[in-house]
Amino acid sequence: MGFSMKGDFTDNLGKIYGIYVGGFAFFVALMAIFATIGVPDHIILWCYMAATIGIYAFIGIMSRTAQVSEYYVAGRSVPAVYNGMATGADWMSGASFVGMAGTLFVLGYDGLAFVLGWTGGYVLVAVLLAPYLRKFGAYTVPDFLGTRYGGNMARLVGIVVLFCCSFTYITAQVYASGIIASQFLGIDFRYAVFAGLAGILVCSMLGGMKAVTWTQVAQYIVLIVAYLLPAIWMSTVQFGIPIPQLTYGGALAQISQYEQLLEVTRTHVAPFQTYSPRDYFFLIFCLMVGTASLPHILMRFFTTPTVREARKSVGWSLFFIFLLYFTAPAYAAFSKFNLMGLFVAAGADASYQLAFTAIPEWMTQWGSIAGHQLVTICGVKAETVAAIQAACEAKGFTTGFPYTELKLNNDMIVLSTPSIAGMPIWVVGLVGAGGFAAALSTADGLLLAIANALSHDVYYKMIDPKADSKRRLMVAKILLVVVALAAAFLARTKPSDILSMVAWAFSIAAAGLFAPLVMGVWWKRTTNMGAVLGMAAGFLTTMYYLIGNVYGFDFVKGTGDEIKWFGVASISAGVFGVPVAFIVTYVVSLVTPEPSEEMQDFVDRLRLPKGGTMMVQTH
Amino acid sequence: MTEKLPPEVAEAHWTKTRNLMWVTLAVWAVFSFFIHFFVSALNNVVILGFPLGFYMAAQGSLIVFVVLIFWFAARQNAIDEEFGVAED
Repeated sequence: MGFSMKGDFTDNLGKIYGIYVGGFAFFVALMAIFATIGVPDHIILWCYMAATIGIYAFIGIMSRTAQVSEYYVAGRSVPAVYNGMATGADWMSGASFVGMAGTLFVLGYDGLAFVLGWTGGYVLVAVLLAPYLRKFGAYTVPDFLGTRYGGNMARLVGIVVLFCCSFTYITAQVYASGIIASQFLGIDFRYAVFAGLAGILVCSMLGGMKAVTWTQVAQYIVLIVAYLLPAIWMSTVQFGIPIPQLTYGGALAQISQYEQLLEVTRTHVAPFQTYSPRDYFFLIFCLMVGTASLPHILMRFFTTPTVREARKSVGWSLFFIFLLYFTAPAYAAFSKFNLMGLFVAAGADASYQLAFTAIPEWMTQWGSIAGHQLVTICGVKAETVAAIQAACEAKGFTTGFPYTELKLNNDMIVLSTPSIAGMPIWVVGLVGAGGFAAALSTADGLLLAIANALSHDVYYKMIDPKADSKRRLMVAKILLVVVALAAAFLARTKPSDILSMVAWAFSIAAAGLFAPLVMGVWWKRTTNMGAVLGMAAGFLTTMYYLIGNVYGFDFVKGTGDEIKWFGVASISAGVFGVPVAFIVTYVVSLVTPEPSEEMQDFVDRLRLPKGGTMMVQTH
Repeated sequence: MTEKLPPEVAEAHWTKTRNLMWVTLAVWAVFSFFIHFFVSALNNVVILGFPLGFYMAAQGSLIVFVVLIFWFAARQNAIDEEFGVAED
């Protein structure tokens, strides 16, 4: 079958994904028809899940491979635009899809630190790292460290950092996919996790990077359509123009007026109400540098055919990410505008309080979901109207409650907006499929980053350098399943601490990996000892601060022995680690003998695109 | 490996590459940090309902980043071709 042959496939990408997009549009239209002729809602939701997992599995199986270079770097044959889409899906996690607009809804301007931080980092990737890592021709990030810094010590430290930042992250993705699957399929979370796991493994197990690349492209298309459609819908309904990114200025202006009526003190557009200016800029810094250091992102740029394409591909990646991130603030504004409108409509006579009799069904529906507190009214979980009324009356609100007593969880904004805004079930299903695609695609990228580091760097480079390619691939696939299972079992326990640690990943990666990667390319004088100590120092400083700040040194939260340096929040711990890593690398490099002639030549060649990849990988 | 480049050519290529790096990072720093220092002042300017300070963080800087990377890629290509070190 021609589909599984690399040449045919990459030559026909436009056609194949054209057919895919057409098929997807047809499927969504079919669901819309099903909805109008009265097919039950849960059948439609099941159809969305089954159809999307089915297509990912199809691509995954078709892209199976027995070649090492296809398994690790998709045969270096992914054109810039497609690699951009794959990176977009790789990058945008379940949390970005589900939580970003919600964060902006709640934090207003201060939430834009995430929008800025998660996009600007790509400039650093394009300028400082991607073209050089591509030229080098490694299979993994620790592979580069090991070669540039002469051996297994640097490789090992790199693997430790990689594992620390990626494993908590993948656990959170498996958790997110389980949550979405359980909501949509109506099954218990403990089993839904394995539905998520199956969705992840079908994409990656047989074809490694090659299969993940082509499923990520497919997943990007699903997630971006699912994200844009409701926003376009709201924009069209409210302003008659289907460009939400342009029209939400109108919503912002309305929100300001409503805020005065509703006596909201924390306004949407005013800066620095949650974060101090310093926290805000520290956070942006850590997210940007972290973006440029996360191994699962960097390794995507190993897959382009040339150095030139690698650079361009970073531009495409950011473009595709930008499509979602510049829509998120619009999404948040429209949702807030809708919700505030509900209270304003109650009128000045009711002093803008929403009457208990007028509580919309979705509030109690989402409020009563077991195990999560998604809607809070007058300080209680919004399970029933009676419960809400009792709590509000205790606070002195006898007929209704004001806007300021309503609190929505960040994570419900995107998933609930279609039903709140009265969109039909086929849109609700589409948004669920989009969130699921976002979680799966990121999980796959992380899974490969971890499993490839273990199989290529630990097993092949450190344990058994004589292993033949068949054996290497077998080990790689077994490790992939083991890591995935470990993440699934951990996610199954709903480890709240692990989930909150995801935000740490950026600081850990930034502190541990940014300095050795950048200096390895840009400063020839960087020595092995300098890099190893720099990495270790940056990583340990950040870990020390993270653990010390959040738990204190008895490892129990809130016992009073927590440290706080200059008032920096744990999420910005990288502001200590990154400079420490640079300084230690610099100072130690200066006091150790300069790198050998060969190594300096090596760096010289790294800087010139011409001449093919430098590492000739054995097959 | 192809024949080695004369050191002075490699040197000149790297100097230009490095300068481009600094220029790109300067633009990046301005739109990542610097203009957002003035968000409160910029918010007094309202265009189509968007307070300018808010707009720059929500959209303006992002557009600059995307354009900046494509511009950088094109410039770096031109440099590589000028010194004959681009890929064939």
